[in-house]
Amino acid sequence: MTTAPAPLPGIAPRTIGRTTLRWAGIMGLLAFLVAPMVPLFIWSISFRWFYPDILPSEYSARAWEQVISPTNNVIGATGQTTLIALLCTVLSVLLGVPAGRALGLHNFKGKRIVEVLILAPIIVPGLAVVLGIDTMFIRYGLSGNILGVTLVHLVPTLPYMTLVMSGVYANYDVDYELQARSLGAGRWATQRYVTLPAVFPGVVVGALFTFLISWSQYVLTLLIGDGQVETLPILLFNFARSEPAIAGALSVVFILPGILVLLLSSKYLSGDSAAVGGIGNI
Amino acid sequence: MTQVTLSGLTKIFDQKSPPAVDNLDLEIESGKLTALLGPSGCGKTTTMKMIAGLLRPTAGDILFDGDSILSIKPEERGAVMVFQNYLLFPYMNIADNIGFGLKMRKVNKKEIRSRVQDMLDLVQLPGFEDRKPNQLSGGQQQRIALARALIVQPNVLLLDEPLSNLDAHLRDEMRVLIRRIQTEMGITTVFVTHDQEEAVVLADKVALLFDGRLQQFDAPDSFYDTPNTVDIATFFGGTNFIPGYYLDGTITTDIGVFDAPNSLVPEGDAVLSIRPEAVDLGEGGENSVSGTVLSHVYAGRYARFQIRIGDIEIEAVTEPGQVKLFADGDNIPVKFDPDKIWVLGPNTAEQPAATTG
Repeated sequence: MTTAPAPLPGIAPRTIGRTTLRWAGIMGLLAFLVAPMVPLFIWSISFRWFYPDILPSEYSARAWEQVISPTNNVIGATGQTTLIALLCTVLSVLLGVPAGRALGLHNFKGKRIVEVLILAPIIVPGLAVVLGIDTMFIRYGLSGNILGVTLVHLVPTLPYMTLVMSGVYANYDVDYELQARSLGAGRWATQRYVTLPAVFPGVVVGALFTFLISWSQYVLTLLIGDGQVETLPILLFNFARSEPAIAGALSVVFILPGILVLLLSSKYLSGDSAAVGGIGNI
Repeated sequence: MTQVTLSGLTKIFDQKSPPAVDNLDLEIESGKLTALLGPSGCGKTTTMKMIAGLLRPTAGDILFDGDSILSIKPEERGAVMVFQNYLLFPYMNIADNIGFGLKMRKVNKKEIRSRVQDMLDLVQLPGFEDRKPNQLSGGQQQRIALARALIVQPNVLLLDEPLSNLDAHLRDEMRVLIRRIQTEMGITTVFVTHDQEEAVVLADKVALLFDGRLQQFDAPDSFYDTPNTVDIATFFGGTNFIPGYYLDGTITTDIGVFDAPNSLVPEGDAVLSIRPEAVDLGEGGENSVSGTVLSHVYAGRYARFQIRIGDIEIEAVTEPGQVKLFADGDNIPVKFDPDKIWVLGPNTAEQPAATTG
């Protein structure tokens, strides 16, 4: 992540060139990121839309009525997806922050091995991992319920959280904690007033990733949820073939939290916050 | 006012390497300014962190006013350390930084605000409350760090290289400020430095450490006049050494026999040390020998001569006017004032016990 330096006042001729270039960049990025979503939205309000028409010949609110209607359980699935993603985020933070601290601050025997193993769930296809886990989960009654799905979502998310935090802590000077202790802060006060504010942007970024990764899980939810746990991606896949209009509307619902979370946390994602320097520089 | 006693204090980080701090005994006087001096890696900062409670000693004890404080947590010791790189909390403004210690002690906000004001006045940065640390220069950050430590009225103030990150001008200013505050508040203060001049100028007493071991603990002038070893004399710089044999108040060297009432060795192989300022040129009589001027430098406030006596070269620092009296190649009498000769042990392997007192 790099931020372009602010244009300097007083260098007028070059400033214009730069501004133009920057706007071109922004527009290009928007076209690339937002344009693919436009057809989704149009699908959701179309009734008839056949080749070679650029826009649908007839519009309808039917898809959105379907989304709201209780029979399709969209609202329930949205709630379920949110709940799982939130639980998963909380667990990731609770486990990943201390793990990241250990990796970022301390040197211990076998640290390199741990670092490689942490990446393993990201490198190994989720399907392979989950097939192994599935039998265990069935045995312990974790198959087909929210708890099991939440736990299995930790497989792809916890590595992200840990890696983000280890980067943050690698850039963190522990002497700040010693300084706080020396000035009269106890262990907890030190964590609360000194460490947490320093690593907070990293926690936000990690939590954001975790939430979105969990939110968009399909394969893991399908296998461990065993058809009992219905999340938005599952629902979306069901409609994708048969009902493109409803799938379009669902996609819009599906994309929303990502955009929302991204906007809310954008100030932590910009390279300006010192604590995220670690990942900012990668 | 707190007297700090270090007793057999030892810190071993790694069994394979020698101790960072080795069996250190030190009596840090109450209300005084004491310097821990030594080259980098000699264990100064480690010692300081142990006093602050930020590092656990491997062996030995630390006592405040006679009571062991090893079991007391750092936040309750009242020994506040100011780190070399200031460590102002970056996301707090200056007022919150200075008030941090009081907030931790649950002092009410109104009182914190007024005491922060007092501290800003004390360090001569009034009106800086709302600024952020990164808006301050190094010298200003240093003063804020000092204010943040002083506001909790510590029993012991620990300063880690307080002047090393400042340029020459700010260094003098800071030196004066530290001395003034320390005298006014009478806080037992320990500061770490690698610069012998800084230690001598600022401290009431200096503890010199090499490789985690105490070499000498004395008033600053003793390090120049009566150093314990050749190494110490060398660390303080610019001394002439002439090897010889000491017996009954005289030292016999290759270039002559000198009266030397002040000696660390009772008898035997020894080294005559004399500071360049104590070498008198052009004076004959007792304790004088004949030497040849090799070269000289006029430095405004003083003059510096290189003199060869026999096979030995020594340095003499004199009044600037003396450059007119002696030319290069001249044969002149060179006198060592007996009272200014200091006789040391011959090598660094056998070090006499460090004097304390």
